[in-house]
Amino acid sequence: MGSHSAAPLPYGGRLIEALKLGATPMSMTGSILGNAVRRKEDPGLLRGTNEFYADLKVDGLLHARFIRSTIAHAEITELDISEAESMPGVVAVLTSRNTDLPDNPAPPFIHPSMFRPTFAKDRVRFVGDIVAVVIAETESAGQDAADMIIVDYDPLDTVIDLDTAVADDAPIIWPEHGSNVVFTTEHQFDADVLAGADVVVSERIISQRLAGVPMEPNGCVAVPDGDHMTLWVPSQNPQAVRDGLVGVTSIDAENVRVVAPWVGGGFGPKAGYYAEFGIIAEAAKSLDRAVKWTSTRSEDFLSLAQGRAMVMDVKMGINNDGKIIGMYADILADVGAYGAIGVVLPTATQMMSQAVYDIPGIAFRARAVTTNTTHIAAYRGAGRPEATQMVERILNIAAQAIDMDPAEVRRANFLQPEDFPLVTATGGQYDSGEYEKALDAALEASGYSDLRAEQAERRESNAELQLGIGISAYVEVTAPFGLHTEWGKVEINDDGTANMRVGTSSHGQGHDTAFSMIVSDMLGIDMDNVTLIQSDTDEIPQGAGTMGSRSLQTAGSAVHVASTEILAKAKVLAAHLLEADPDDIVVGDGGLHVAGVPATAMNWADLKAAADDESKRPADMEAGLEHELVFDGEASTFPFGAHVAVVEVDTTTGEVNWLRHVAVDDCGTILNPMLVTGQQHGGIAQGAAQALYEWMRYDEDGNPVTASLMDYLMPSAAEFPMFETSNTETPSPRNPLGAKGIGESGTIGSTPALHNAVVDAVSHLGVSHIDMPVSPLAVWEAVSLASS
Amino acid sequence: MFVFRTGILGGRVDISVTVNGEPTSHDVEARRLLVHYLREDVGLTGTNIGCDTSSCGACTVHLNGESVKSCTLLAVQADGQDVTTIEGLAPSSDELHPMQEAFRQEHGLQCGYCTPGMVMAAVSLLDENAKPTELEVRQGLEGNLCRCTGYHNIVKAVLAASGQPVKD
Repeated sequence: MGSHSAAPLPYGGRLIEALKLGATPMSMTGSILGNAVRRKEDPGLLRGTNEFYADLKVDGLLHARFIRSTIAHAEITELDISEAESMPGVVAVLTSRNTDLPDNPAPPFIHPSMFRPTFAKDRVRFVGDIVAVVIAETESAGQDAADMIIVDYDPLDTVIDLDTAVADDAPIIWPEHGSNVVFTTEHQFDADVLAGADVVVSERIISQRLAGVPMEPNGCVAVPDGDHMTLWVPSQNPQAVRDGLVGVTSIDAENVRVVAPWVGGGFGPKAGYYAEFGIIAEAAKSLDRAVKWTSTRSEDFLSLAQGRAMVMDVKMGINNDGKIIGMYADILADVGAYGAIGVVLPTATQMMSQAVYDIPGIAFRARAVTTNTTHIAAYRGAGRPEATQMVERILNIAAQAIDMDPAEVRRANFLQPEDFPLVTATGGQYDSGEYEKALDAALEASGYSDLRAEQAERRESNAELQLGIGISAYVEVTAPFGLHTEWGKVEINDDGTANMRVGTSSHGQGHDTAFSMIVSDMLGIDMDNVTLIQSDTDEIPQGAGTMGSRSLQTAGSAVHVASTEILAKAKVLAAHLLEADPDDIVVGDGGLHVAGVPATAMNWADLKAAADDESKRPADMEAGLEHELVFDGEASTFPFGAHVAVVEVDTTTGEVNWLRHVAVDDCGTILNPMLVTGQQHGGIAQGAAQALYEWMRYDEDGNPVTASLMDYLMPSAAEFPMFETSNTETPSPRNPLGAKGIGESGTIGSTPALHNAVVDAVSHLGVSHIDMPVSPLAVWEAVSLASS
Repeated sequence: MFVFRTGILGGRVDISVTVNGEPTSHDVEARRLLVHYLREDVGLTGTNIGCDTSSCGACTVHLNGESVKSCTLLAVQADGQDVTTIEGLAPSSDELHPMQEAFRQEHGLQCGYCTPGMVMAAVSLLDENAKPTELEVRQGLEGNLCRCTGYHNIVKAVLAASGQPVKD
């Protein structure tokens, strides 16, 4: 590693219960595992009765309305709240001048002067910075009062463009730090890794800024009860929100409860603590009344963390036989005005920069750069899509330069199955992989040679609609950043039902269904009698939430191990009571019985009663039927796959028509193929949205110009084809389920496949690259430029 | 089709709306949106709010049997009219509406936030076009955004609910 190492985030270091890998094989007979079991979550969601945070009915509720900076970088010269305070229905108006809340928590590595104030003090640093909040009896009263607050600004120079931000004469956003570069990560950046290559190609590849847009916007409800405070919040990680509240508000740790009820999507932006939460909780405490903040979509476009935003200057050295000699990457990563998790995401880009290939030399540097924009954090993929896009684009450009088919150039460089496990040059601890197999499957499913033949015909006839075929081969990292451990507990209840408690926090993935399948399979308890308890800091002592495609492999494994332990104990207990050998006790429907003698059985209610009864259980056995642990996968897992996108490009108008998308994604052993396919579909769509449509844009003064769903081109059903998804299954050795994550694979694979496809459609016209999103205008300009 | 009464803007108005077959009456601000009337005055929170530009369709309900985005109507515009929300779609507490059941069988929902609006829009779509093609389903649902599913299984669910064969 370079000047800073990618230290694990502070989730590690907890008590670890080691698992002997492979010691707990899955049940092999009559298993529901691997089947497309329909979701337990759905009936309430389909009826509209499952409650999201905004649906909670709370007495005496007050409503909060934030007043945000309308200028990207400015001194606040006047802040007059007097008229707003006197408006009917207004209970309080809070600013930095009448509150004393500490700064917000910040990620590792950044200078302490850069911590975000809870309310902007004398200076605002992006459009959306919090200047004040109105607390009122009704939403409309709060809105009316917010319009009466007077803020005068004295504008300062803005920093928006990344090249400008690192120039010697750049305005500095954080003078005490002295540079707009807030963090640098390197790997052999000074090495001459391209020496000796037959051909060297170079390109500036941009992963444009995106907005996450979970369909449920941000918000929270803070409900005080004496000294206690409950915050209901649409979060991927209630524990992190709890920690943030304890650090920022005057509420004591033992009095804080954070609950994520049903949550309407996350995709990364909902993984962290928000300054707004602390303000709302503190207001509720000081007013001793419940306070609700409901972010609007347009407010989300300013205040919810955004993603990507990397500019990558890349070179690849390649020989005429297709063998890669080396790759050079110099990256600028936008982190926004205040350091958030986006500061460390370039370390993931660095780790994954070797991708699926044997690359002898890699020179890498990424500089995280502050700008007067909304902060950057995790967004579906979070540092890995950038790496894949970088490698898959520059490799296509290299293949074009040596006139080699993009599939063949990949074959010439794949890491091979016998190489695993392996540690890459940039520190990726790859567990297992068969990259060529996935590519072969994707090529076969797409009818690759027929597609190439059709493309040749269209080129020959100079057709107006040209065919483009794009390939990507990828590997990514799931449960990254030290997030490969997780707490879980399974307990048998007196009535024979089971509870699962986990530190992950499902918000659409279907964990209740998936984890119930594990318990049901192992213990013979009907899935409907297994309950998932999650996302409530009063019920869950520790957890890192759901992000980084980590949940099944960590919490699911914890549920698996806990169930294994309960089963082992229950077998001894049943053997004791049924006067049999524990090895002869087997799982039946709703309990245990002696093998071959189903009538000699005990159901789980009887087993629980016996376990709690000193006179019935063996003398050396402890009471209860439960087990808790922190599962430790020991390292991340590395899913992989290959995608083929097929597009038709109108060479006159530049319009792209996405015809087909073939995805072969390997997430290890599959627990529920319906859930896996659903993740593939959603991931493909979000990756495609980056390739073709979405771009969170700012003008040169830092005004966001795509800050509503009227302006930000989130695609609808009308933009997409049906997706052709399948899987290879290469088990991970790092957990008893053999699982790797699937939440982000589709996104990581689809963006470069589509991007490559569009360029491929017009490459014969002399085009070698087009920036994303590849809009009709961008395509038309590239074609026009190449032909002029 | 809507009867606008003069002199109500800026003030409060008594309105009566039939919601899921039940009469409801409330004194509302003239500027109140129908979606807020349903969620806060009537207390039916199944209808969700996903944007402030009438772009996302999460708030889709039926007004006199046709799908509308309930954020594009003032509550007063629904005075005397008939509204159906997602809570009023299923025939009973034991049985889902065929469109809801199709969404479940085809895994047409993940987080479930867009789902009430998507289902209401889909029911309306089939009312207008009983056997739509895949393209007609896609274009018919253009006003309803989903971030989780990539729309693939939503399209499958609507085709399945129309009684047409569905391929993967």
